[in-house]
Amino acid sequence: MPTKIEKDVISGRDTTGHEWDGLKELNTPLPKWWLYTLIVICIWGVGYAIVRPSVPGLFSYYHGTSGFSTRAQVTADVAAIAAGRAGSMDKIKATPIEKIGQDPQLQAVAMTAGRITFANNCQPCHGAGGGGRPGYPTLASDSWIWGGKLAEIQQTITYGIRSGHPDARVNQMPRFGADGILKPAEIDAAADFVLSLRAGTKPGPNVAAGAKVFAENCVACHGEKGEGNREVGGPNLHSAVHLYGDSKEAVVAQISNPRQGVMPNWNTRLDAATIKSVAFYVHSLGGGQ
Amino acid sequence: MLASLVRLAPLWRGSKTMFRHEWIEKNAILLLVLTLLTVAIGGIVEIIPLFTIETTVEHVVGMRPYTPLELMGRNIYIREGCYLCHSQQIRALKDEVERYGHFSLAAESMYDHPFQWGSKRIGPDLARVGGKYSSDWHYAHLTNPQELVPESLMPKYRFMAETPLDFDHIAQHLRTNRVVGVPYTEDQIAHAKEDLLTQADPAAEADALMKRYPKAVVVPGNPKGPTEMDALVAYLQMLGTLVDFANTSAEKLQQ
Repeated sequence: MPTKIEKDVISGRDTTGHEWDGLKELNTPLPKWWLYTLIVICIWGVGYAIVRPSVPGLFSYYHGTSGFSTRAQVTADVAAIAAGRAGSMDKIKATPIEKIGQDPQLQAVAMTAGRITFANNCQPCHGAGGGGRPGYPTLASDSWIWGGKLAEIQQTITYGIRSGHPDARVNQMPRFGADGILKPAEIDAAADFVLSLRAGTKPGPNVAAGAKVFAENCVACHGEKGEGNREVGGPNLHSAVHLYGDSKEAVVAQISNPRQGVMPNWNTRLDAATIKSVAFYVHSLGGGQ
Repeated sequence: MLASLVRLAPLWRGSKTMFRHEWIEKNAILLLVLTLLTVAIGGIVEIIPLFTIETTVEHVVGMRPYTPLELMGRNIYIREGCYLCHSQQIRALKDEVERYGHFSLAAESMYDHPFQWGSKRIGPDLARVGGKYSSDWHYAHLTNPQELVPESLMPKYRFMAETPLDFDHIAQHLRTNRVVGVPYTEDQIAHAKEDLLTQADPAAEADALMKRYPKAVVVPGNPKGPTEMDALVAYLQMLGTLVDFANTSAEKLQQ
């Protein structure tokens, strides 16, 4: 209990009446503005708790008079964005992909939507600008595996490659080495032949023998002259870009135990109009046909 | 009115009522006990309803416990401190939903011990990374992130591809998870090791695994046996893929 409240001579204020070994404390009240702010905030807090969802109960909670919910809010926000874009995106959805380029305004929207979606979803594999990397095809050249026409690109993006989707593009190169279909010497020769198809490559020693192996095993997918077959996704072997590497080791490895790249189907993540926009953008990167 | 309240305050302090706050202040044990009680009230009011309110964890279709390989991958995720740079929580904000997909649900982390929501985003959110990239991509990216994403700050985890996975105790691990509430069945525990090996071997027959754990992603693996990277990729490839959102609605997700 404060016992000796006295007036401090210097400041003219009361002391609190407490004393600790001769030390006394001035009784300085809270600044008025601070105190009033606190009181106002308390009152506002009560009002806020009435309007917004606030107090939890045992089996439910007080939902507030406004009925606000973060999840309802975000659902409405996302719907509002979609509605804002609907004018253009519905038009893209309704327009055949080949005709998007004829409408400059539609083209601009498709390019923008495509570019942004590509950066978020496609760039990690295919690189900025669709430059590609070993194992991830370039989209900026005409060496398409499954076709470079607008509709073909759209199909690939929608259902993916070996994605597990029933409509996915699927082919499976046999494991010529791992499953013992070809002998190592035959694989080596076939690799020499495959490499000889590329302009500017010094032919290996077994091109002739390799051509025979090729004719017997590879033409069904890669074509009689190794020109590829987009119907079945057999890559063109004349292309300057080899998906899994240009060295002889890489080609031998691919024949022996082929890598089978996977591209996800995007129809579960992106809507149809967005996929169309991405296809349009990819087509514009330099390789579109 | 406010001013009079302020003026009244010292009167209360000096009143001669039965209760004196001074008693509490002068009795350290009493002060401690009452402080704990006061804090406990706050805790009780905030925590207990989470257990008693039925909608805290949404009722959705598709959630299942982690496969043994995913569980091991999750352990590696935690060991390597992935949560220090990656969150696993898509917040209910439109920008987040636009970029990452449907906002995260409580149900999606109900089998997490501990959850990996995180709060740092030096890297992107991973709550729905499952299926976004191919498994091959994850191997290449974990080995050398900058090869695929030049501007990436992520460290290289090449060693994981060379470190055999230590899964001797996987069955006990599942059992321990069951103790803390993950509904692993006896069947799942009995086949833990077998399921783990199956998921890391594309040549193996995976029907039984898929029946026990729908939507599990079989990773490429390698002939020498599962590595830590195999486990981590299996975990990453299932993140956010389990809930069947076609089968739910905004109303159902109202908490």
